[in-house]
Amino acid sequence: MKTTGKVTRIIANLVSVKVDGHVAQNEVCYIKLDDTQLMADVIKVDGEKVQVQVYESTRGLRVGSNVEFQGHMLEATLGPGLLSSNYDGLQNNLASMTGVFLKRGDYTSPLDFDKLWDFTPTAKVGDEVIAADWLGEVTEGWLEHKIMLPFKFKGRYKITSIAAEGSYKIGDTIAVVTDENENPHEVTMVQRWPVKQAITAFREKPRPFRIMETGVRVIDTFNPIAEGGTGFIPGPFGCGKTVLQHALAKQASADIIINAACGERANEVVEIFTEFPELDDPRTGRKLMERTIIICNTSNMPVSAREASVYTAMTIAEYYRAMGFKILLLADSTSRWAQALREMSNRLEELPGADAFPMDLSAIISNFYARAGLVYLNNNQTGSVTFIGTVSPAGGNLKEPVTESTKKAARCFYALAQSRADSKRYPAVDPVDSYSKYLEYPEIIEYLNKTISENWTANVSEGKNIVLRGREAYEQINILGDDSVPVEYHDRLWKSELVDYVILQQDAFDAIDASAPLKRQQYMYEKVLDICRTKFNFTNFNECIDFYKRIINNMRQMNYSVFHGDDFKNYEKELEKILEERI
Amino acid sequence: MAKAFQKIYTKLEAITKATVSLHAQDVANDELATVDGRLAQVIKIDGDLVSLQVFSGTEGIPTNAEVIFMGEPPTLKVSDDLAGRFFNAYGKPIDGGVEPDGEKREIGGPSVNPFRRKQPSQIIPTGIAGIDLNNTLVSGQKIPFFADPDQPYNNVMAMVALRAKVDKIILGGMGLSNDDFLFFKKSFENAGALDKIICFVNTTDNPPVERLLIPDMALAAAEYFAVDKNEKVLVLLTDMTLYADALSIVSNRMDQIPSKDSMPGSLYSDLAKIYEKAVQLPDGGSITIIAVTTLSGGDITHAIPDNTGYITEGQLYLRKDSDTGKVIIDPFRSLSRLKQLVIGKQTREDHPQVMNAAIRLYADASNAKTKMENGFDLTDYDERTLSFAKDYSANILAIDINIDTTEMLDRTWILLSKYFSQTEVAIKQELMNKYWKNN
Repeated sequence: MKTTGKVTRIIANLVSVKVDGHVAQNEVCYIKLDDTQLMADVIKVDGEKVQVQVYESTRGLRVGSNVEFQGHMLEATLGPGLLSSNYDGLQNNLASMTGVFLKRGDYTSPLDFDKLWDFTPTAKVGDEVIAADWLGEVTEGWLEHKIMLPFKFKGRYKITSIAAEGSYKIGDTIAVVTDENENPHEVTMVQRWPVKQAITAFREKPRPFRIMETGVRVIDTFNPIAEGGTGFIPGPFGCGKTVLQHALAKQASADIIINAACGERANEVVEIFTEFPELDDPRTGRKLMERTIIICNTSNMPVSAREASVYTAMTIAEYYRAMGFKILLLADSTSRWAQALREMSNRLEELPGADAFPMDLSAIISNFYARAGLVYLNNNQTGSVTFIGTVSPAGGNLKEPVTESTKKAARCFYALAQSRADSKRYPAVDPVDSYSKYLEYPEIIEYLNKTISENWTANVSEGKNIVLRGREAYEQINILGDDSVPVEYHDRLWKSELVDYVILQQDAFDAIDASAPLKRQQYMYEKVLDICRTKFNFTNFNECIDFYKRIINNMRQMNYSVFHGDDFKNYEKELEKILEERI
Repeated sequence: MAKAFQKIYTKLEAITKATVSLHAQDVANDELATVDGRLAQVIKIDGDLVSLQVFSGTEGIPTNAEVIFMGEPPTLKVSDDLAGRFFNAYGKPIDGGVEPDGEKREIGGPSVNPFRRKQPSQIIPTGIAGIDLNNTLVSGQKIPFFADPDQPYNNVMAMVALRAKVDKIILGGMGLSNDDFLFFKKSFENAGALDKIICFVNTTDNPPVERLLIPDMALAAAEYFAVDKNEKVLVLLTDMTLYADALSIVSNRMDQIPSKDSMPGSLYSDLAKIYEKAVQLPDGGSITIIAVTTLSGGDITHAIPDNTGYITEGQLYLRKDSDTGKVIIDPFRSLSRLKQLVIGKQTREDHPQVMNAAIRLYADASNAKTKMENGFDLTDYDERTLSFAKDYSANILAIDINIDTTEMLDRTWILLSKYFSQTEVAIKQELMNKYWKNN
């Protein structure tokens, strides 16, 4: 028997319901409104008075309306067919909705229950299995989608029957397993999981020990993100957050990219809808959309579903991780999610924390970031969820609660600086303020020095130092004037400009420069460092500036040319000539 | 006049500056009512206690005021007859004409499914180089002017609207001074454009809370023409700062905890709901929004411009150029996020590169100026950038110039060739070979 109730109070999307039975915190319910149903979930229980947040506009709702509780929390539907889909925050399939406008109460199925999939069993009768163990697989696009013992299954099970190779619908039973008490359970190709709970059906979560290549130099070279790591990108509007996120979505060396567009502009998602089905993934030659899943809850879509959207995205990421894939989850922007929490907390009349955000904001954020990670699955293969969120700090002030809470939770910090954006130095990631904690992990240091070059991490700190010293020289020159400082100051400044222009800056709109593979990054970076280590002779600062400008121009042309192609080699020869002039 | 099915109550339980509460049955959330003849909207229902926000304020409302529930949320009657008309915040004519008939539509209706949107791809030319050349406007875009109250933002906006090649122009005026309202009216009349104009106006004489209806009214009309008629609609919203101020008044009176700058915590969502109505529809219709957000003391970190900047697709700043004394659109801080979708595609191939080169050289001029002000010696290059900058703002950027993009590009090439060498301009060689003007 489902618990039911009646609406007693309505304030915007916060609704009170008087219930006739048991309800659970975060349990989903439907409120009847004319001939539609509005989805909501429980956020507070006080005796028989229950507060629910409605995922839709409550316009026209009346007290006394019937409410029906569903006995479960907000769940994601997991199974073959997720890949390349476009969902809203509650995992409704946006593509299968009719009409131009979103209709209230129009809930569409996340997966196609009529489609046939070719199933191949990989486990056999008699095998003992636990949750997340692979029973078989179906081909979903280019990947082998593993059919697992559902995550909800606790304890050990024995397979008593498994479907033969053939075509099945996702709702068909593909295996029967018995639990320790010999009770049989049917397993289909689809399972549901409450989005707010982490999927922990894996053997172990070690510290990350390898990096995820993104093709963005300022990240890979200067502050690499670990596979299974976490990072965040705070920045005022107009600093290129979205361009950077899209660059990551296009280039990162992940198997699957999940884009959670959380409370941002609809046109930015339209760009992904329009371009990703056309763009090639340089690594595989397939279309980018084939490895992408979009969870889209733009700023004008219902606020409470915004909060759900990041959890839905994370749950889908964890699901594919359990199949041994490498997932990059991008959320733009986590500030909008925090604002959704604030709106609700405010309506609940909770005592506010800083800037009226709820007191537990920091805990909520760190809990979420903690769901990322590289894991050893039950069969000892690895799978990973790397998470990068953007933060939109109010007024560009990094001292605000969302940025500060995120800073505690995320291990990589890519601060976008207004000053860099103003001078069109893109990506505007501040080379001095930004950091990657992974560069301090012995595992990562060892990995980098082994896979890139022996002195790689030492070289990286040397480069950072050059930038820092350049900044100091810049300040001195600004105070004292060009000709009142020793030429050496100019030399120091321009060496850091060389690192800036050739390594840190990157043209996201240029077909070649947009993505630099690690090999290429290494080649250019070591070349730049060689120049920085060389002592040149200048009689005055003008000579110095002209000299470095020529080098910079030449090396930027190299960045724009096919790696080791004819143009590249010509520019390289020219560079040697310029250098010889001053040695 | 009360109709047969409407419920009438005559006993108020509570009255605050902006709200009244009473016991009433079977009332729907967001429903409209009249309280003592004034329009009000249901904002809270607790059991049978209903709270209403009275748009024009509650001064003089007695506890035995007549409350009539109308059984529906705010609506607008939409039809082609809206064209050429002036309305108040409730959608009632203020031009002396009769109320146009049409299909009743709820205002503040649902959003477009993002998956059904089309990527904006059509330039809206305005003849102003600060926009067309440097910060191109694209149909389906939303972009505000960030302006100080003393800047001529309404004049510029009227000029942009009248030059833009669109089918309908819908003005949503919030807290517009009567003088400014008459200015808009006159400009539209003088341009002979009245047949494609629709105005929804709340002037400073009207109660501030009424303003909250203006954007939804304007956009409901816009959706009729864009969705039903596949027209290109330009919506002008001025001044969104006054709209946000009205939001904070209401939230304050509802005892909500304010967040940054005394603004309601939902400011971002409230503004986004309006701006995100800008859309390129699959069947060719589009809604483009140009808004005005006035700043206080140029502070863009204030909650209103800050949240706006995160929502809109760029922003335009006005500036008085000190060399020429003319108003220009600031080439440094202004930004159109959608320009990449049209420049060099719908405009001439050299557009992106020429635009960037000119702005870079203009920036060099501004550095040279600082150098000069600080008493440092200027190089020959510095001198040339200064002359270029003067010429550039007088003959290309000034907003009273009205030329097409090709002419803008040609004029820029003339200046580039006049003041600089090809290495200094550093545009792709192929383009320089084609367009460089040999003097």
